Amino acid sequence: MSDEKKGWKELPIGAILEAGTAKNYKTGDWRHIRPIWNKEKCIQCLRCWIYCPDSSIIIKDGKVDGIDLDHCKGCGICAAECPVKPVKAITMVSEKEIK
Amino acid sequence: MPSLKELSKEKESLSGGHRLCAGCGASIVARQVLLTAPKPLVVTCATGCLEVATTIFPYTAWEMPWMHSAFENAAATCSGIESAYQSLKKQGTLPVDANINFITFGGDGGTYDIGLQSLSGAMERGHKMLYVCYNNQAYMNTGIQRSSATPKGGFTTTSPVGKVKPGKEQSRKDLTEIMVAHNIPYVAQAVVGDWRDLTTKVQKALSKDGPSFINVLTPCRLGWGCAPEKTLDIGRLAADTCFWPLYEVEEGVYKLTHKPKEKKPIIKLLKLQDRFKHLFKKGNEALLAEIQEDIDKKWKKLLFLCGEKSE
Ligand SMILES: Cc1ncc(C[n+]2csc(CCOP(=O)(O)OP(=O)(O)O)c2C)c(N)n1
Ligand code: SF4
Ligand code: SF4
Repeated sequence: MSDEKKGWKELPIGAILEAGTAKNYKTGDWRHIRPIWNKEKCIQCLRCWIYCPDSSIIIKDGKVDGIDLDHCKGCGICAAECPVKPVKAITMVSEKEIK
Repeated sequence: MPSLKELSKEKESLSGGHRLCAGCGASIVARQVLLTAPKPLVVTCATGCLEVATTIFPYTAWEMPWMHSAFENAAATCSGIESAYQSLKKQGTLPVDANINFITFGGDGGTYDIGLQSLSGAMERGHKMLYVCYNNQAYMNTGIQRSSATPKGGFTTTSPVGKVKPGKEQSRKDLTEIMVAHNIPYVAQAVVGDWRDLTTKVQKALSKDGPSFINVLTPCRLGWGCAPEKTLDIGRLAADTCFWPLYEVEEGVYKLTHKPKEKKPIIKLLKLQDRFKHLFKKGNEALLAEIQEDIDKKWKKLLFLCGEKSE
């Protein structure tokens, strides 16, 4: 180690300079159950979107347009919150079944 | 009150790809607060799950200028940035109409305990900032240790359950009331399962020309031992059992923002969480009754403060 201490102006900037980079990290493989969205049944109430903890309900022009499976962790909150009856517009299906 | 249609036109404020547990309430709270807040925003965060899991180097889930410095000083950090901003406006470096909003997030450990002096200082100095405590009632990120927000009878690794002890023996601190005692323009309690109530409170808080504080009860699936898809139901039940009443204190005036149609018994809420499992074993009946009594007493007091009829 050099004896010379760096002044604050020489120190490297200790920060991530670009915002929202976590989207480059995929958390979709955490999932063991997958939300399946049924466009025909969906009433566009947006409840799934406002409550998704992983920002994984895709919105296009103010409407639900699908699910971001690269980041969805399969918590099941969207399906639990969907108010459509008797069959919800989002249902959870085991990943094993899909494979 | 914002509509979901309006909010959905906002740019996403917290990106996917963070490492919070599936179904964690912390990111739900943060997202709803950030989507509602008028932009531009500057955000600071105390150490805790929300901070650790959203900013694992070289990634960040935050879509705005964001800073973490330590566990105990998130409010001080925010108040410092806000002061610099006011000074730059005075000096003419920033335009006088640059309306930047300042928000701080902290867990209950970072807010009730370790960051309490910095929070108190920032509120007393009158900075124009909103402090949001996402309150999961324990230090979760380090593996579930008790905090002063942990409720009586709750299991944590440092308030264990066994032959001798029935979980935490002390009552939780009432931080919301401590914040009310700071005489700031806006203080509120909210919960993760009611987006309308929370976002309305955020709008009100940020419309004030001074400090504001919102305490949001936020289930932690790991520490509470509950199913991830139940996060919101548990939140709403906390409001309906009056375990966590939803109210606000605006310019000193108390108001209930949610009056349960029928006040539910506390056992309904406790039964959904493993951290209270032991309370239903033989020998803990008195403690269970005491927990209900505590809630009833506090609820009665709150009804009085809000000018509501006692039940
Ligand atoms: C001064 C200091 N003490 C202890 C820690 C270790 N630590 C990191 S996160 C954490 C728990 C945070 O708990 P809380 O504020 O309740 O947020 P949560 O993790 O529950 O979201 C602790 C104790 C630290 N980072 N700094
Ligand atoms: S399962 Fe959970 S993470 Fe996936 S889209 Fe639904 S709410 Fe979001
Ligand atoms: S431990 Fe609890 S607070 Fe932390 S990420 Fe998991 S659910 Fe959220």
